[in-house]
Amino acid sequence: MTILDAVRIAIRELLSNPLRSFLTLLGLIIGVSSVIILVAVGQGAQEGVKARIIGLGADLTFIRPGASEDRQTGARGQAGSGLTLLASDAYAIRDASLPGVIGVAPQLNVSAQAIVGSRNRGVGIVGTTAAYSEIRGLDVEYGRFISDQDVARKALSIALGAEVNESLFPDSNGIGKTVRLAFAGGRIGFNFRVIGVMTPQGGPGEGSQDDYVFIPVSTLQSRIAFLRNARGEININQITIRSAPEADQEAVKDEVTAFLVRQHGVPQPDFTVQTQNELISAQEEVNATLSVLLGSIAGISLLVGAIGVMNIMLVSVVERTREIGIRRAVGARAKDIGTQFIIEALTVSVVGGALGILLGMGVALGVGGKQVMGQELSTVIELWSIGLASGVAVLVGFISGVYPALKAASVDPIMALRSE
Amino acid sequence: MIELHGIFKTYPTGAGPVHALRGVELRIEAGEFLSVMGHSGSGKSTLMNILGCLDRPTGGQYWLEGVDISNLSDDSRSALRGRWFGFVFQNYNLVPRLSALEQVELPLLYHKTPNRRRQAAEALVQLGLADRLHHLPSQLSGGQQQRVAIARSLVVNPQVILADEPTGALDTETGGEIMEILSALVKERRITVVVVTHEAHIAAWSDRSILMRDGLILEDRPSSPRSLKAT
Repeated sequence: MTILDAVRIAIRELLSNPLRSFLTLLGLIIGVSSVIILVAVGQGAQEGVKARIIGLGADLTFIRPGASEDRQTGARGQAGSGLTLLASDAYAIRDASLPGVIGVAPQLNVSAQAIVGSRNRGVGIVGTTAAYSEIRGLDVEYGRFISDQDVARKALSIALGAEVNESLFPDSNGIGKTVRLAFAGGRIGFNFRVIGVMTPQGGPGEGSQDDYVFIPVSTLQSRIAFLRNARGEININQITIRSAPEADQEAVKDEVTAFLVRQHGVPQPDFTVQTQNELISAQEEVNATLSVLLGSIAGISLLVGAIGVMNIMLVSVVERTREIGIRRAVGARAKDIGTQFIIEALTVSVVGGALGILLGMGVALGVGGKQVMGQELSTVIELWSIGLASGVAVLVGFISGVYPALKAASVDPIMALRSE
Repeated sequence: MIELHGIFKTYPTGAGPVHALRGVELRIEAGEFLSVMGHSGSGKSTLMNILGCLDRPTGGQYWLEGVDISNLSDDSRSALRGRWFGFVFQNYNLVPRLSALEQVELPLLYHKTPNRRRQAAEALVQLGLADRLHHLPSQLSGGQQQRVAIARSLVVNPQVILADEPTGALDTETGGEIMEILSALVKERRITVVVVTHEAHIAAWSDRSILMRDGLILEDRPSSPRSLKAT
């Protein structure tokens, strides 16, 4: 008997009991397709986050304050909670014109309520300098971004992100109009004059600055009471550094770190410096874990599918005992019978695997770009997930065929011929 | 062609060993038409299984064409079954989902034979089933099913056909037709046929009849004259 004969017999067996075959296949189809779909969703999320980080701009390095430490209790706060980073650090880095550094912007983040007449919305305020728009690749749609003069004069000037403008001034742009920023539940508030509206960036999450407003960092520092350090200086949240495209980001990082350590006069950095690449790889690590988790869940359903195949093969051996006896009587060796049952299990898995791949790719392509629970779901079909899923399907088919096949091969032909 | 010397077959059971055969001595020449009679439990089916290499004796020697095959491996016995022996059973033993043509192809499947389909079709045509090639067993009468089974046993050109109660499930007339086919095989193709039966009028078709009881051959004589078959 050739393999082809065995495959033909297997296909006949599948077709002879369509409902049962379908249900058996379904287990594998669901298993294989869920591996592909979940991996695609996981990868999609990963690519999405990567795109967002890249969307921040190119060649960026971020400096954040170190963790706070309570002198009395020794309790350390979370990273970035320290009061060690100042706007003057940003200016010092800028003025030092370190090699490779082409832009430096301090950044102080607060959230507030923006109010225009009867309209209001929550916004993120970025207190920064003129360099920010260039560093972060923000374009101005109308008017202008905050300028160095605004920063020097601590002007009450404000540039609006596209979405903020849209909701506060739905009919026009707000250039020249007044926006009130209310802090601390409305107890403090200041009126700002709109000087510019930014071009919409689109996209979800971090990369997009459409729902932010931008004001001079000096204005923010002087108008609103912030936590101050021991010398009475106001901490900022972040300094963003843009390096020249040809510069080595790691070298820039080392330089900036050394510079700030000298500037602060501390033995160890009391701040953290992360390049954009490090940010991406940290995020990738998180997402890789997510992918593995999703993949394992899918793997379990594949295992369940395999158990289904084994179950049905065992039933099949019992049902076809007499057929086994007949085949043995007309000259089939025990191993011919075993081979036949293995090939049947493999055929089921290959067919199930193939259908699972089609379904998985179909669903992954179908849901890609759709809104799910308010989030755009992106999917990236990974070749390795298809290979893995179909490889595992065939492997489980083989494994779940082995025991039934051994059982079939060991059927006593005499007993089998007498059985009903 | 076939020689059995002191063949024993003992089955271990929960209630101690059961001796199905207790030292059978038998010689069968090529082209003989032999019937084996006996009550159930006499050992005739066990003898049949051992003759057809479906089973292995627990003692004694089985010589086939001068070769001792009592201790052949399972694979070698499979090969012998596929080439030397054809089986015909009381319940036909056809595979329910296969057409007549595929049933007959079955032995060739394990043979690496070219033109399986054509050989199978020829065997069926010889047995008068030319218009039933694509019928399933459920679409055939008992006599037709048994003829498919005979075609299946013949397709490998066997030396010996072993028929276990081949007419047991058939009416007298159809049973007669089947016996006629078997006796024609002996006469025209010099095939050795061994028929197990408990009916005297079936045994009467054969040339030689043995009677078994308690695992031993009790009588071995030429069959009663053919005229008896009418009764």
